[in-house]
Amino acid sequence: MRTIARRRVVSALMMTLTYVAAAIATLPLLFILFHLVREGAAALGPDFFTSTPRPVGEAGGGMANAIVGTLVVVGIASAVGLPVGVGAGLYLAENRGTRLAWTVRFLSDVLNGLPSIVLGIFAWDLLVRPFGQFSAIAGGMALGAIMIPLVTRATEEMISLVPGSLREAALALGYPRWRTSLTIVLRTALPGIVTGALVAVARVAGETAPLLFTAFGNQFWSTSVTQPIAALPLQIFTYAISPYDEWHAQAWAGALVLIAIVLVISVVSRFVTRARFGTGSD
Amino acid sequence: MTEVATRDAASTASRPAEHAARLFTESLDALFGEAHVVRDVNLRFDDRQVTAIIGPSGCGKSTLLRCLNRMHETVPTARVRGRVLLAGADGTPQDVYTRGVDAIAVRRRVGMVFQRPTPFPTLSVRDNVAAGLRVAPGGMPPRREVDRIVEDALRRAALWDEVKDRLRESATGLSGGQQQRLCIARAIATRPPVLLLDEPTASLDPISTQKVEELVYELRRELTVVIVTHNMQQAARVSDRTAFMLAGELVEVAPTSTLFTSPGDARTEAYITGRFG
Repeated sequence: MRTIARRRVVSALMMTLTYVAAAIATLPLLFILFHLVREGAAALGPDFFTSTPRPVGEAGGGMANAIVGTLVVVGIASAVGLPVGVGAGLYLAENRGTRLAWTVRFLSDVLNGLPSIVLGIFAWDLLVRPFGQFSAIAGGMALGAIMIPLVTRATEEMISLVPGSLREAALALGYPRWRTSLTIVLRTALPGIVTGALVAVARVAGETAPLLFTAFGNQFWSTSVTQPIAALPLQIFTYAISPYDEWHAQAWAGALVLIAIVLVISVVSRFVTRARFGTGSD
Repeated sequence: MTEVATRDAASTASRPAEHAARLFTESLDALFGEAHVVRDVNLRFDDRQVTAIIGPSGCGKSTLLRCLNRMHETVPTARVRGRVLLAGADGTPQDVYTRGVDAIAVRRRVGMVFQRPTPFPTLSVRDNVAAGLRVAPGGMPPRREVDRIVEDALRRAALWDEVKDRLRESATGLSGGQQQRLCIARAIATRPPVLLLDEPTASLDPISTQKVEELVYELRRELTVVIVTHNMQQAARVSDRTAFMLAGELVEVAPTSTLFTSPGDARTEAYITGRFG
């Protein structure tokens, strides 16, 4: 009986420790959110979403151009990163054992490990210097290069979860190999791939370093892809290092909006995943 | 092996005229790299007959089956030697491994159902059955025609009454036995002349097994059926002819009642009386 009593005590202790650990794991996020709301909510009016930055000393102003700029740059990044990443992931999953697949997987991991500022420099050298102009395209390309390995890996993992028996069943029905890959395998893995893609989008939406000398930032309204464009992380950076109190408040508000965008994307990705397991199981 | 080939050929001469050979193998060898898993098999599968292939695990019976619709070659390092002759609509046999014959075209004519049910999880019941039509040579028929073919295939697979109100629902919501009959419906929807079944009831409960067996028995009216099974009682119940394989070789093939009551080979007798395997 004594052993059982001791086991109960140890069990209760360990359970408590895991609860505490779980609580601590969520604390930073809650803390950041709380702090952002407290600091940023004041500057966050309708004006923030509708107007462009005003000069120092002038009240009001917002980050409408930066919000739209972030959407434009992330849109360009997705247009590059998603098709290439999904295609590469499909290739890796379908040609698992080959030498080329091994090489591509390795290089993709290396690309994933590169500091994002290096990709910024690369994009600057390739897309800014030759044209003598910072541009939304250059920023989008830099972010797209960050997305590619993320999407590649997510796609490959999701496809490898598709049972080989489905592929066999399609082949046995007379599906050509490419059609099996696209209409059966890729389609079955799609919810997982969408989740991976949204995570990648959320990740690059918050990137600052690759945009510093590609998209560059812009105090004025611009949606042209060949012109310098504003982006939330850049705007936050510029405002945060400035000496003006009202700009600091705006930076907090910008951070709050950026986090909200990322959260919305994360929640949507969770929802997509849930839909997959909700209807699919038997 | 020549002895077996002779036996099989001899029975060819005496069999009733309505059961023409639909499919036969000549000196068929199958390999995975250096592993020789099917050795010099000469076997005939008659039209509108069920042929069962029995034998212990690893004897090569599934591999032999997968050679018949060229699924064997989808595995890296897999190789095939010898011939597999499939009779066309006019009865002329053609080697499915001849240069110029497309594996995809062969698989459209030789349907296959696997050990575990493999419904496509993203497709509805109806679209699962219609999946083969999508890649048919003429392209997808009009919707109304597809509906008719789907209903017909489900009826032939003895599944229509159970799923007619759930055609738009996901196929993964069906029970295991229903899923397996759905896979049979999917395989026969395109009206292939041959249907291969690779241990189709291995993952099913006894009641579902019985339904699938009854279905196999019915399907012989329209198809050449080849069934690989672990279960000798099943072979005895559903098949007209039974082939016994051991270590990659075809030991004996005979009408099912003959093979189970008076086997010609001592190894067959040892196997069916349960002394090994």
